[in-house]
Amino acid sequence: MAVEANVTDSTFLFGRLAWSKLPITEPVVVYTFVAVVILGAAVVAALTYFKLWGYLWKEWFTSVDHKKIGIMYMILGLVMFLRGFADAIMMRLQQVMAFNGSEGYLNAHHYDQVFTAHGTIMIFFVAMPFVTGLMNFVVPLQIGARDVAFPFLNNFSFWMTVGGAVLTMVSLFIGEFAQTGWLAFPPLSGVVASPREGVDYYIWGLQIAGVGTTLSGINLIVTILKMRCPGMGLMRMPVFTWTSLCANILIVATFPVLTATLVLLSLDRYLGMNFFTNDLGGNPMLYINLIWIWGHPEVYILILPAFGIFSEVVATFCGKRLFGYNSMVYATVCITILSYLVWLHHFFTMGSGASVNSFFGIATMIISIPTGAKIFNWLFTMYKGKIRYELPMMWAVAFMLTFVIGGMTGVMLAVPPADFIVHNSLFLVAHFHNVIIGGVVYGVFAGINYWWPKAFGFKMNQFWGHVSFWCWVVGFWLAFMPLYVMGLMGVTRRLRVFDDPSLQIWFAIAALGAAVIAFGIFALIMQIFTSIRDREKLRDVTGDPWDARTLEWATSSPPPAYNFAFTPVVYDVDAWHDMKEHGYKRPLSGFKPIHMPKNTGTGVVLAAISVVLGFALVWHIWWLVVLSFPALIAAAIWHTFDYNRDFYIPEATVTETEDARTKALSNAV
Amino acid sequence: MSSEIVTDPGDERVFHPAEEPHHPEGHSTPLGFWIYLMSDCLIFAILFATFGVLGTRYAGGPDPKELFDLPLVALNTAMLLISSITYGFAMLQMHEGNQKGTIKWLGITAAFGAAFLCIELYEFSHMIHEGAGPGRSAFLSAFFTLVGTHGLHVTFGLVWLAVLVVQVRKHGLTLANQRRINCLSLFWHFLDVIWIGVFTFVYLMGMI
Amino acid sequence: MNLIRNSVVASLFLALAGCGSEVLSPGGDVAAKTRDVLGITTALILVIVLPVLVAIIWFAIRYRSGSEDAESEYDPSFHHSVQLELLIWAAPLVIIIWLGALTWVSTHKLDPYRPLDSETQGVTDGAEPLVVQVVSMDWKWLFFYPQYGIATVNDLAAPLDRPIRFELTSTEVMNAFYVPTLAGMIYTMPGMQTQLHAVINETGEYKGMSSHYSGAGFSGMNFPFHGLEEADFDAWVQKARSSGQVLDRDAYRELLKPSENVPSAFYALGDEELYHDILNRCVEPGQVCMDEVMAADHGGMDHAGAAHAGTGDAASGEEAARAEAAVTASPDGHAGHEPAASDTTAPDAGSATPAPLMQQEAAPADAAHWGEGAAAPESAPAAAAAEQDQSTHQGMNHAPANAAPAAAN
Repeated sequence: MAVEANVTDSTFLFGRLAWSKLPITEPVVVYTFVAVVILGAAVVAALTYFKLWGYLWKEWFTSVDHKKIGIMYMILGLVMFLRGFADAIMMRLQQVMAFNGSEGYLNAHHYDQVFTAHGTIMIFFVAMPFVTGLMNFVVPLQIGARDVAFPFLNNFSFWMTVGGAVLTMVSLFIGEFAQTGWLAFPPLSGVVASPREGVDYYIWGLQIAGVGTTLSGINLIVTILKMRCPGMGLMRMPVFTWTSLCANILIVATFPVLTATLVLLSLDRYLGMNFFTNDLGGNPMLYINLIWIWGHPEVYILILPAFGIFSEVVATFCGKRLFGYNSMVYATVCITILSYLVWLHHFFTMGSGASVNSFFGIATMIISIPTGAKIFNWLFTMYKGKIRYELPMMWAVAFMLTFVIGGMTGVMLAVPPADFIVHNSLFLVAHFHNVIIGGVVYGVFAGINYWWPKAFGFKMNQFWGHVSFWCWVVGFWLAFMPLYVMGLMGVTRRLRVFDDPSLQIWFAIAALGAAVIAFGIFALIMQIFTSIRDREKLRDVTGDPWDARTLEWATSSPPPAYNFAFTPVVYDVDAWHDMKEHGYKRPLSGFKPIHMPKNTGTGVVLAAISVVLGFALVWHIWWLVVLSFPALIAAAIWHTFDYNRDFYIPEATVTETEDARTKALSNAV
Repeated sequence: MSSEIVTDPGDERVFHPAEEPHHPEGHSTPLGFWIYLMSDCLIFAILFATFGVLGTRYAGGPDPKELFDLPLVALNTAMLLISSITYGFAMLQMHEGNQKGTIKWLGITAAFGAAFLCIELYEFSHMIHEGAGPGRSAFLSAFFTLVGTHGLHVTFGLVWLAVLVVQVRKHGLTLANQRRINCLSLFWHFLDVIWIGVFTFVYLMGMI
Repeated sequence: MNLIRNSVVASLFLALAGCGSEVLSPGGDVAAKTRDVLGITTALILVIVLPVLVAIIWFAIRYRSGSEDAESEYDPSFHHSVQLELLIWAAPLVIIIWLGALTWVSTHKLDPYRPLDSETQGVTDGAEPLVVQVVSMDWKWLFFYPQYGIATVNDLAAPLDRPIRFELTSTEVMNAFYVPTLAGMIYTMPGMQTQLHAVINETGEYKGMSSHYSGAGFSGMNFPFHGLEEADFDAWVQKARSSGQVLDRDAYRELLKPSENVPSAFYALGDEELYHDILNRCVEPGQVCMDEVMAADHGGMDHAGAAHAGTGDAASGEEAARAEAAVTASPDGHAGHEPAASDTTAPDAGSATPAPLMQQEAAPADAAHWGEGAAAPESAPAAAAAEQDQSTHQGMNHAPANAAPAAAN
């Protein structure tokens, strides 16, 4: 079988892992490694010195509280964002340098890993954790629930996502990452063209994270369907909850496709099967179809919750109920369904027939109708409103302006003949960054600024927030306008060196844009830092700093572990606004014990074993596979013998917590 | 259209229910498990689709008629279908609160499941022995993966069965255990349905 | 339409075209028409996008908190309006209907598989097309000119105003063949054949490239494309013929070794069957060609598989007849649309699996084609139509019904 070729240079103990596989000849990697080691040692030392390990383990790592898990997702997203963005800067530098016979500073082996890792990390380990984190934190609060339907599963899902991220990061220092582009099309990702471990890191990183994502999708669907408070019918759910529901349905309906597709690819690679090979009947086009059946809905998994965030933000800061709630919901559902029917527009150029191409092209354009309706809904929410330009609202306006352009270039790409001349070009790259940065990233920033006070009890720093905002908006156009232009000049994506010197100026502008964005990210970190530093000045005790409209603002900031001492009853869309209108008074007595799930460390353990298993599979360390796989099963079974998973928060504790809030509120007045 | 009851001073509202809505542990499990099964079903859908595309690419190698032993597969199918019936008996026993009966029928189910797996393994080893391993052609890759994934699910079901028997012995037919037996029941019947698809789509249509 | 074409398109892209963009100011009519589609699409979308952009900015400023307008017009009860909601769904819908029609028509007219007709500038009906067989390799391009008995590496030329038919395949990994001045890009895939039709109307040296990432040497997979006067083209052909190098299997094996930034090279073609064998992955002795394997898979045996897959390569008369019916009924009359060694790839038109969907159109023509080898009547319209377009098509030789049994790799 095909595997034997790879096994020949492997040892029993270490599989195909050997000293020679460490990238010590790549100075960039070595410097990064040193920096990471120093930084890591500093963090570990600090945690040890301040004796924080126990606190972290008890209060965070093993926590099944959806709010804490949500925050941990955001931290994961932020950390991986720095890695993914470092890759982006490296690409911009390489492309601006590699002119006039210069090879730039990255060789093909390294550069090809950089752009593959950039795409993979940004989608799976940045955008997904950000979006999942916000959904996790906000959705149960918005529907007046005390936690998600399956709290342990939630913790497990998070750690599996972390596990996937860890395995992907390990590839930076031990061996190599895939050099195939972020979707790893065969035959390039097959064992003939990519015999080394890079693609295997890709496969197992995504598979481990994929388990987490799928389970978290199931969890949130059930939460939304089963855990809503009394009175909250489907058509009274906040729009963010609606978009989360649709996004999670898409997760459950598409991630299994990704899982199955990657399984088939790994069977080709590990067992010499012939699904996507060139010979013995394999068909690489099958992979490309399958991966995009997952891949296209994936972008809607990311953008739908962002739409939800903007809906909440726009309604709140315009001081108006969202215009056309019903049509917003229908638009969301339309997009959800349509997103499943357009995958082929990612490869019009593969030689499908004209009728097939037209079908998928037109289906793609049809998506722009509900999307357009959404834009109009936000627009008419602003109409006759009183717009307060707090940071979330600024992001929302920037989003609308940016996203409309991205949508326009998207429709251009949806016309097959037009796609034939700009497909795989920098125009395409500019387009999807236009919608993902302009849509998802701006949405996440709006969400962070909007819900931060809810999560921590104080607002974010305005100054650095503004700096970050303007750097991003300006930097984005500087970085991607040149890409649009070069795309129309016929410049292909993923090129490492260039022979046309007239292009260099455009790459220089793009690199400048990336630098401005880099400063925007620095400003974001400064914003977080200064916000925490000045937290007493920025303190909000009301729990409702924005005069907002949905239920998460009905409780304190940060919310207590049980979210609501008494479950609210909902009479209208914008339930909290409705409660305020009707003279809602917070109950001050009569508290009862509250039923809550218990923390557990099983999620961490299972994810850790999964990482070991993934690593062993990547390096063909078979004895470790044989050990870790049964260990994984055994640990899961062990967990099922724990029947004692819940407890009651005693009445005294609830009363104490609520009294503290009563006191804080009266002090503030 | 929308409920237009804005700021009406006479409008009395109850902001909190008198009785807290109770979500006992596991009240959402059936729905959650159903959604999981649907996602699993999608994995099989992809494998079926793959078999549909690659199922005639023999690459000069053996085709279904040379490989499949239909009587054996029919026997195998019978094993799995009977195991579904016996699982039903276990469910009946559970509803009657008969712990011993439940365990007995679960055990019988496991025996039929194990028989199914043994026959399948025999079939696989026979094919590999004849040089028709999964690497021989795209058809065989798709065949082994589809049928093998089903087999892995059955294996997982057997492990789960064993664990459940131990748990029922230890804790009795508690609500939590009943819920688990219910979930495994869904899972087990789901595997039956998938197998009927495999039997029809792969074996029967392969022999026509 | 002409108005739009002349004014909007021109003004929109003028600046870029000035930058020397071969995408926006191409030298061939197919690319020019494609460019126009891009322009008209842009103009159409701008009809709705521009007002929206203006409205966003206008509302964002007008209704800012503290402004007079916001204070006087503030109306929190305005959150629903049937007329307005109808409008916001209908307005994009109208544009999309318009754009959808444009898409349907232009996609069919500019289908890369469609032979050029007399509507194309510089093409007279019945002109014999120049056939270029393209093979993407690690990491260079190999071009066969079967009508002239030459082959080149990383150097492509064509005479003005003569239709060109590219037949494309690849050795190990996917690439995309892209000469912006000629036409849009098309993927090249191992064991399969794609097609592209184009014409060049202006002399010049243009850029050609791979536009699908294919591994380490991808950046260097560029080649010049020369649009030449007839006489110059003949001289170019002569240069290859008299280069002293002959492309036979040994020379091909040498080329097969991965190399980067490969300079142009010219060969006399020493092996007529080479392209066919590359396409069918049987260059080395002992390898069985894919077309033969396929024939053996389906020709000799009457099995059920054909019922649910592989219609495209089915050689049974029944299958072919069904497929022909499909072609005759096909609205776009796409008889010449053939996907590749096709036959190896075109799956079933009836199944709901993804790959079939994209190939189903392609399948009928192939089925008809295969059908000839078996039992299908030659006179069937589809078969005839397929034939017309395949006069020089070598890849698809009909294999004997019982070819060698096993593929050996």
